[in-house]
Amino acid sequence: MDYFLMFIGAVFVNNIVLAQYLGQCPYLGCSKEKSVSIGMGSAVCFVAVLATAITWVVQKKLLDPYDLGYLQTIVFILVIAALVQFVEMFLKKMIPPLYKSLGIFLPLITTNCCVLGLAILVQREEYGLGVAVYYSFAASMGFMLALILMAGIRERFALCRVPRGLQGTSLGLIMAGLMSLSFMAFKGMI
Amino acid sequence: MVITSILALLGLGAAAAIILAVASHLLKVEENPLIEMIAEHLPGANCGGCGFAGCEAYAAAVVANSDIPANMCTVGGAAVAAKVGELTGKVVKAGEPMVSLRRCSREEGHVEKKFEYVGTATCASAALLEGGPYKCTWACLGLGDCMRACPFDAMYMENGMVEIIASKCVSCGQCVKACPRSIPQLIPRRARVMNYCATREKLKSVSDVCDVGCINCLKCLKACPADAIAYEKRRIEIDHLACLKYGRACNEACVAACPRGIMRSRGTSAMLEETINAVQEAALADPPASQPPSSPPMDPPRPEPLQIQKVPAQPCSADSNAGADTSASPATAAEEAKS
Repeated sequence: MDYFLMFIGAVFVNNIVLAQYLGQCPYLGCSKEKSVSIGMGSAVCFVAVLATAITWVVQKKLLDPYDLGYLQTIVFILVIAALVQFVEMFLKKMIPPLYKSLGIFLPLITTNCCVLGLAILVQREEYGLGVAVYYSFAASMGFMLALILMAGIRERFALCRVPRGLQGTSLGLIMAGLMSLSFMAFKGMI
Repeated sequence: MVITSILALLGLGAAAAIILAVASHLLKVEENPLIEMIAEHLPGANCGGCGFAGCEAYAAAVVANSDIPANMCTVGGAAVAAKVGELTGKVVKAGEPMVSLRRCSREEGHVEKKFEYVGTATCASAALLEGGPYKCTWACLGLGDCMRACPFDAMYMENGMVEIIASKCVSCGQCVKACPRSIPQLIPRRARVMNYCATREKLKSVSDVCDVGCINCLKCLKACPADAIAYEKRRIEIDHLACLKYGRACNEACVAACPRGIMRSRGTSAMLEETINAVQEAALADPPASQPPSSPPMDPPRPEPLQIQKVPAQPCSADSNAGADTSASPATAAEEAKS
């Protein structure tokens, strides 16, 4: 039951985009079409889970024993960037169909604050490895949900006459704000 | 503390570098180097004019499949086709240089509006409502779907009609796909005649709404000695290659036969001077281009003097400028020497 609550909490209550304001860039940039947002969401999910697992090991085996906690951010960035590069090469060689669907999104994730944020959050909460991986999976599902919702709204807006001053990013930011407000309503759920 | 942190970062960085270096060797995907070489020669605009998803896709396809010809890139034209043919060992048949042309003379024909359309500003949605806001259901809707589809900025809107800048047009065909009425059409740049109307209506239903619209009376079809005109899908379609093959001997019988003056000789249309210039500029720019560039694409007597004046004008002026520059520089040098 705890795990279930954790999942609900990560997806709705503490949605990584709408409640913690991480990963705004892909949230606004990759949410013009549903198919693109699903691709981006699954790529983030894939990388976030891997990155959380590896950074967890790095934290526990390298940073903690040598008292290097203050290097956390830079080390995590380094590890994640290298990991994404590696994953890209690996997929290209081993699983070409997956590479074709995720390929264009992977370079975008290299410096995604959502992935880095999850890796750091998990350390702050001091989860074990399994729970950490589970949490990052749940949170990236929340990321995907936010992207898909946004894409759904934007697809509707494509058919509307929007005043010129509000077109594009400005309307996107207003929608993001309203969605964030509406997700605040989930706060009382758990 | 400083040393441990530096060591830790260096160590991690080095480890990552080594892993990535090894991985890039182990996981290298064997790609045919030809694909990359061909992709380098393609324009890289990813316009889809060749019918593939992009330049990379065409490069991969042209290498993998021997049936795919080397001259499918309309943007690059003869030069790129020659390169691709050379790399793939395919025989290149030079493609006919094409240009997009708007088959509607709505302004000229004084087509009136049935109602004022205020919905989503795209032709696609305007066309869905009662056959569009114009009385002619085949008129250019003037909302610029083709203009937005054009990857090369070769189109612009003027007085509610789209205009095509022939010198920028690379005949990728995106505008033809974007138009809900297929009003733009790709025709050979040296085409002699053109029907400037895309209606599929006949006789009175056209003449009621438009002063110049094609009434599909088929007089041109009967007049053409080369059988180059056909009535296809309720439109007059011209087989330009057959027309060009027959040559001037027909004296443009179709133009003479047209009771509506909508079948026109392309040379006489002032709007198309630009096209003529573009063709000749292209011919001057790369002489090995497929078609005999020496023969002027248009034959009517009137615009010809214009072309002759215009086309050499540019190289001439450039030369004279260059000459002025060179003559100026020794003069200044001499002055400097004096001082």
